[in-house]
Amino acid sequence: METFFLALAELADPAIILIVFAGVSAGLFVGAMPGLTATMALAVLLPFTFTLTPLYGLVALGAVYMGAIYGGSFAAILVNTPGTPSSIATAFEGYPLSKQGRALEAISVATVASAIGGIAGVLFLLFLSPPLAKLSLRFGPSEYFWVAMLGLTLIASLSEGSLMKGLLGGAIGMMLGTIGVAPIGGETRFTFGMPVMQGGVEMIVALIGLFVLPELYNMAAQGRTALGEVTVDSKEKASFWSVVVRVFSKPGNLIRSCIIGEIVAIIPGAGGNIANLVAYNEAKRASKHPERFGTGVIDGLVATESSNNVTVAGSMVPLLTLGIPGAPPDAVILGVLLLHGLRPGIELFTTSGVLTYAFIVSMGLAALAMVPVGLLGGRLIYRIIFRTPYYFLVPTIGLATILGTFALRNSISDVIIMLILGTAGYLFKQIGIHPPPIVLGLILGSIAEVGYVQAMLGGAAYNYPILRLFENSLSWVLIVMVVFSAAWPFLMGVYRRMQLRRGSKENEK
Amino acid sequence: MSSKSNRLYQMVFVYLCLVAFILVVMPAAATAEYPEKPISYIISFNPGGESDVTARLQESHLEKFLGVPVNVSHKPGGGGAVAWSEFQRTAKPDGYTIIGVNIPHIIGQPMLRKDAGYETNGFELIMWFHFTPNALIVSKESPHKTLEDFLAYAKKNPKAATVGGSGSFSANHLETLRMERAAGVQVTYVPHTGTGPVIPALLGGHLTGAMGYSMLGVQYKDQLRVLAVAADERVESLPDAPTFKELGYDIVGGAFRGVAAPKGTPPEIVAKLANAYSETNKIIAEKQRQLGFVMTYATGKDAYALVDRMKKNYEGILQEIADQKKKQ
Repeated sequence: METFFLALAELADPAIILIVFAGVSAGLFVGAMPGLTATMALAVLLPFTFTLTPLYGLVALGAVYMGAIYGGSFAAILVNTPGTPSSIATAFEGYPLSKQGRALEAISVATVASAIGGIAGVLFLLFLSPPLAKLSLRFGPSEYFWVAMLGLTLIASLSEGSLMKGLLGGAIGMMLGTIGVAPIGGETRFTFGMPVMQGGVEMIVALIGLFVLPELYNMAAQGRTALGEVTVDSKEKASFWSVVVRVFSKPGNLIRSCIIGEIVAIIPGAGGNIANLVAYNEAKRASKHPERFGTGVIDGLVATESSNNVTVAGSMVPLLTLGIPGAPPDAVILGVLLLHGLRPGIELFTTSGVLTYAFIVSMGLAALAMVPVGLLGGRLIYRIIFRTPYYFLVPTIGLATILGTFALRNSISDVIIMLILGTAGYLFKQIGIHPPPIVLGLILGSIAEVGYVQAMLGGAAYNYPILRLFENSLSWVLIVMVVFSAAWPFLMGVYRRMQLRRGSKENEK
Repeated sequence: MSSKSNRLYQMVFVYLCLVAFILVVMPAAATAEYPEKPISYIISFNPGGESDVTARLQESHLEKFLGVPVNVSHKPGGGGAVAWSEFQRTAKPDGYTIIGVNIPHIIGQPMLRKDAGYETNGFELIMWFHFTPNALIVSKESPHKTLEDFLAYAKKNPKAATVGGSGSFSANHLETLRMERAAGVQVTYVPHTGTGPVIPALLGGHLTGAMGYSMLGVQYKDQLRVLAVAADERVESLPDAPTFKELGYDIVGGAFRGVAAPKGTPPEIVAKLANAYSETNKIIAEKQRQLGFVMTYATGKDAYALVDRMKKNYEGILQEIADQKKKQ
């Protein structure tokens, strides 16, 4: 406990506050630009942290990470483009809100939800690290396979209209994911003799192409931006306090989303990209009016933005206790810890406890700093986008998109892939196949493949290697969830029909 | 009201400019002879990996020795092959574009892939700066206390022992195959998408053991046990871990990391770069040794000799795999 208070004292340093604010601002910018990822921002920052003391360096990295995951929501809300994969579902509700002239309200909600999520993640990290770390180790190949299956059941709720078309989109995404060097086995697949295709279709490239380009084509075709003017009524609703009150008025949604965020965060390799989708899905399932989702529902926005910011500190549970990065950006933070001679594990919380606790609490500060930075920055970005005429906006976003795609892997072929996918995505949209299932298939396809092949290999000595998938109790928990999740829409259908029948019977009486 | 809020936006704008400024690196002054403009140093793997972390450590010292900015950029994909193939196709041999290279990747990929898109000998090697020997590692809770325990178990239960590692036909994989042959056992190699995912699989009991790099033994000292290291001598930071050689198996191998220029780069430029990298290596040696790296200083002819030597080591196994592939 004494260590903890010493850590708090360390943070009462104007330099720390400055670093937190600068870090959050820089992260916000990176996150809002599609193509620039949190991992990249941290890698760029790495050499700078060597010149700082370990605490300053870690605080800067934590703040940038926090800001970047939050910043992704701006692009999602204002231009229907998830700035990072962590805010895919944010676009589902945020953009319709913008179209209705409630952009500022959406940004305020996202800001408050993100801050709450960020703080929740810090609390998980502070108080529940040991049991959560133990849980994270139980995820082996077969569990990964079932997690991916569980994720694929989300397609049912992500596909607007036809389930068939949603499944088709998911299949397209999974097929795109097979291009390149196989994650297991190292075979090159579907490269058509082109060496550059060994790199495959990077998820973020697909994300940018499939989400941004169709939107740009639409703006160009309609000759106007889709943003509606902010109405006076909405401006009042966007005020900080009214948003805080509204977000907290549904604690169930918040708590559920934060717990989902935390569980996804501790699974190594899965981060905000999956958390936001799962939280969104569950918010929709729990809602009394699931049919309204997709038209600008505040609950949906709260679910995605709180869950993805939980993963920032949340994914550091396995990192700080076991040295296992819970999400890609954590790998960079692990590198910094090691270079400063700090080995993850129990020592980190005892011998260098002051530093560690100060770092953890500083992430909470970063979450708080998002409120002023985000509310001001959000209004600024909104104004810029709203006031710019579409004939400047479309080419500007187009150029930023191309730059962002190139910057990801310094690869011109990624830009070409992005343009092809985006154009195809526009056409798919016309026939009712929407981007979310495609991106979901792309994310989950390779997780499922790796899990399946590793499980099969692990069962090489068995008569039936496939039994490996059904060995562990955690697998069975996941299997039950998969079955439940897949059957839910049908169960709901039956339930509704029964209610209708009862209603009509009562009427007859 | 409006002017007040405008001022606020102006302030925010100025603040954002400041932030952007902090993010921009100030360019160093130019000199007359090579190098006179920034050098682009390409890393063909993701940020956060060993190659990247090393490059970040080298960056500032290289800048000091060369007098120009050295810009590290990433071009990951295909286990490094995307960057290497593009580099050999397009990079100008003027010393302003250099790339990180790895053994055994650049030996194995061109041999085993139909369109890797590059050749092992298509680089002008500048230097191999460090070596991370392979090591057979188990969890601290594993019943296998020594290499003999592990091999005895593997002999009794063919294919039941699962050995995780990073990638297929990678250093880890090839070393596992060599161990199988040297000890006459059959294990099941389970490839992972990097060294990172191997650790939780090992700690969670999803693998019997792992063929990983020696650094893991240092980084996860409390949780992992190193049974044997595939190096000529014991690794400084792992004094208690025996080598395979001591235990009677002639297995030496691992990943070498180095840097190369495009074929046809003038020798004096290569020499200048080699010198800068050597000096840098000496400075960062202390930090890297603590992490479990073995520093090497192979430049000039030695650099090529190293490739030849490692090629011979792996040739038998690689040829066998290639033949098997043809049959399929």
